[in-house]
Amino acid sequence: MSTLVDFASGALLLVGSIFILIGGVGLLRMPDFYTRIHAAGITDTLGATAILLGLALQAGWDLMSVKLVIILLFVLLTSPTASHSLAKAALDVDLLPLKRTKPE
Amino acid sequence: MARIFSLLLVLIITWLLLSGHFEPLLISLGVVSSLLVLVIAWRMRIIDAEGHPTHLILPALRYWSWLALEIGKANLAVARQIVNPKLDINPTVLRVPTSQRTGVGRATHANSINLTPGTVSLEVTNQDIEVHALNEETARKLQDGEMDRRVTRMEGSK
Repeated sequence: MSTLVDFASGALLLVGSIFILIGGVGLLRMPDFYTRIHAAGITDTLGATAILLGLALQAGWDLMSVKLVIILLFVLLTSPTASHSLAKAALDVDLLPLKRTKPE
Repeated sequence: MARIFSLLLVLIITWLLLSGHFEPLLISLGVVSSLLVLVIAWRMRIIDAEGHPTHLILPALRYWSWLALEIGKANLAVARQIVNPKLDINPTVLRVPTSQRTGVGRATHANSINLTPGTVSLEVTNQDIEVHALNEETARKLQDGEMDRRVTRMEGSK
């Protein structure tokens, strides 16, 4: 049983790390400010969820897992609010979004 | 009145879970601090349908399970575009009409759009949300309005 939990938690941590890495690569590759927010969205949602759930599995049935889940809920509530205010602030100072990028 | 008791219950449970102390003295201190927070919230007049929406618990759980699946799918789609060597993106700005009647509903809709990778809400008005989308496919999906319908059903306007 505990090896199974260990395996599941390891898999979650691995998936989370991969998606955070992809989010980081996307942050560098995207052409303008608004498209970069989309890339950062991957790190906020799937990356953070997988990592925190993996850590909660490591902690087991403990108050620590409850705290990790509460952290996850806070991240899922605050990160969209933060990205909205970033995008709105950029729009308010007339940073125009890129209309079309042609793939090379 | 029921809302006040449910908020007190939530505060005490939160205190217990976060502290992990179960001695009588510390529990009574926790109850006192929960009561203090309750009084402050009551004086701020935020214990209402918007500040403590108890009636939304079950609909929200149903909506969140649908949203979690959508977020997972959108994550995979955007991740695929990022690792694609050609970076095949086509950013567009569009307006998505909203049918929510309450502030909670509109905030949920806008936050859901932001949580889904590939779409970011730029501006929220009473009738619609201005959205920046990473490509046309995600934009079309938003304009189909399934998320809008589900949020409206969750807040109970229909």
